[in-house]
Amino acid sequence: MNTLYWLVKREIWEHKGGFIRAPLIGGAIFLVLNLMTLIASEVVSGQNFRFGGNSIRELGKMLDDKQLAMVGMGLDTAMLFSTGIISVVMGFVVFFYCLGALYDDRRDRSLLFWKSLPISDTETVLSKVLAATIVAPAVAFVTGVVAGLITLLMYATVLSMHGLGVWQLLTLAHPFRVIANLIASIPMYFLWALPTVGWLLLCSAWAKSKPFLWAVAIPVVTGVLIWWVQLMGLMPSGNFYWSQFLPRLLGSVWPGSWFAAAHHTGGFEVGLNGEDNPMMQFLSLGNLYATLGTATAWIGMICGVALIAGAIWIRRWRDDT
Amino acid sequence: MSTVISANGLSKTYKDSRALAGASFQIQSGRIVGLIGPNGAGKTTALKAILGLTDFDGELSVLGMDPRHSRGKLMEQVCFIADVAVLPRWLCVKDAVDFVAAVHPRFSREKCEAFLARTKLTPRMKVKQMSKGMIVQMHLALVMAIDARLLVLDEPTLGLDLLYRKQFYQSLLEDYFDEDKTILITTHQVEEIEHILTDLMFIRDGRIVLDADMDAVGERFCEVMVGAERAAEARALKPLDERQVFGKSIFLFDNADRGHLSTLGELRRPSIADLFVATMKGTYA
Repeated sequence: MNTLYWLVKREIWEHKGGFIRAPLIGGAIFLVLNLMTLIASEVVSGQNFRFGGNSIRELGKMLDDKQLAMVGMGLDTAMLFSTGIISVVMGFVVFFYCLGALYDDRRDRSLLFWKSLPISDTETVLSKVLAATIVAPAVAFVTGVVAGLITLLMYATVLSMHGLGVWQLLTLAHPFRVIANLIASIPMYFLWALPTVGWLLLCSAWAKSKPFLWAVAIPVVTGVLIWWVQLMGLMPSGNFYWSQFLPRLLGSVWPGSWFAAAHHTGGFEVGLNGEDNPMMQFLSLGNLYATLGTATAWIGMICGVALIAGAIWIRRWRDDT
Repeated sequence: MSTVISANGLSKTYKDSRALAGASFQIQSGRIVGLIGPNGAGKTTALKAILGLTDFDGELSVLGMDPRHSRGKLMEQVCFIADVAVLPRWLCVKDAVDFVAAVHPRFSREKCEAFLARTKLTPRMKVKQMSKGMIVQMHLALVMAIDARLLVLDEPTLGLDLLYRKQFYQSLLEDYFDEDKTILITTHQVEEIEHILTDLMFIRDGRIVLDADMDAVGERFCEVMVGAERAAEARALKPLDERQVFGKSIFLFDNADRGHLSTLGELRRPSIADLFVATMKGTYA
């Protein structure tokens, strides 16, 4: 356990740029853009700036409950939006991290140093899985939440200048629910990302060179072949490979990709009832874990575990230094 | 004295070449063994087999364990330095020490820090900022602080300047080696390890062609410098090798009668390099 902890720490040392700096920069850019928008809306086109469906000038007037709820919804969305942007960045970071995780040290031969320590290959590979599926989303979501909270304060401050109290506005938003939803999606991310992480690690452990090419070319060429066979009428046509298999194999490292896939299989319906924020509801825990009721979630997990086991085996026996 | 490594019929074939062809040898504890061979003779493959980095055929026991199956356990007792370029470039001295201290049960932080204090390395220095010599100093400090029973060195001083090379072997001898430890070295720079080896192994085409302790080497092999007038006489005694120096011939003999040889000319102890050249004659032909 202690070894695993240090191995994960080692991964963070090596990939500070991807795991820590990238989300921080993403968050900072998001904040700057928000600030620019706010300033622009105040200075240039205050009369046209709309927030939560209301012109910002009119917020000073009395708002009814429904309008207040809309303001809260806008604030929640703004908070989630920061995490969304950072999550997209994080998806790329995790994708390329996994591709390099078992390849880079073979290329620069530092593998021999790590292999000179009493650490099993299972521990090594698992530490990389944990770094990709727990550390990366945790840092990204925390950064996203902090950036979101700052955004919230920024908006609340601006809105308060138009007659709404800061604290009233903050009670309109649901920061704790947003944070809880995001934290709760970390285990979901872990489970959901396994097939992509497993596949990329397998390619990373196996490829003699250019793991990216192998990881992407093999599934794409397979898809083209399937498409061709279908075109020739040798196989019943269907879109399963491109719409289901490929996104799961290569795209599952992007947080939230589970919504698309689960929605596709009819896992859940997006609720749109009255005052509640459809976005919040969409991201609610119920919907989040409804994904776990789908076959794609479970098949993906099983395949992911098998791919990771394969990566461990190759890591143990691959001999090309 | 116990057996540290016992290999029997070690074989390994890569796609198109045979790296090991039934190599058999034993290494006892408290020895410094040089495994010397030309490029492609199977040195590195043998080391990789011992370290559990590659699969192979045959029997191999390292500290009583099969490196194929109990690598994790084995590496608590075995250290290795592969060659200069293997420390990851992003690692800094302090992190490396912390990491090894956390994962290695036989690592002594105090010892390591004492070794590091003798160098110009600072805790925040990264490997990518270091010269080759400094990287080796750092690696050596880490490795010497581990109380391992077997240390494997594969070309450890490749590319280092003379000062670092001298210092490397001096540290090993003075601060590390004792009768409970065993060191296995491969290198092409045989001259610089000649005086520290206790045992010598030559490997050629995947087989061990010479395996003897240094005293036995001194007794078995002998060089005679013979003038041109008696060269034919020496040649008749079937020397291993003959070379010309300043108009005289130097003959290398294996297990020859010293009494007889001394009548031909001046007897000398051959260097490992000369012995190596004689033994490996025709390797690349």
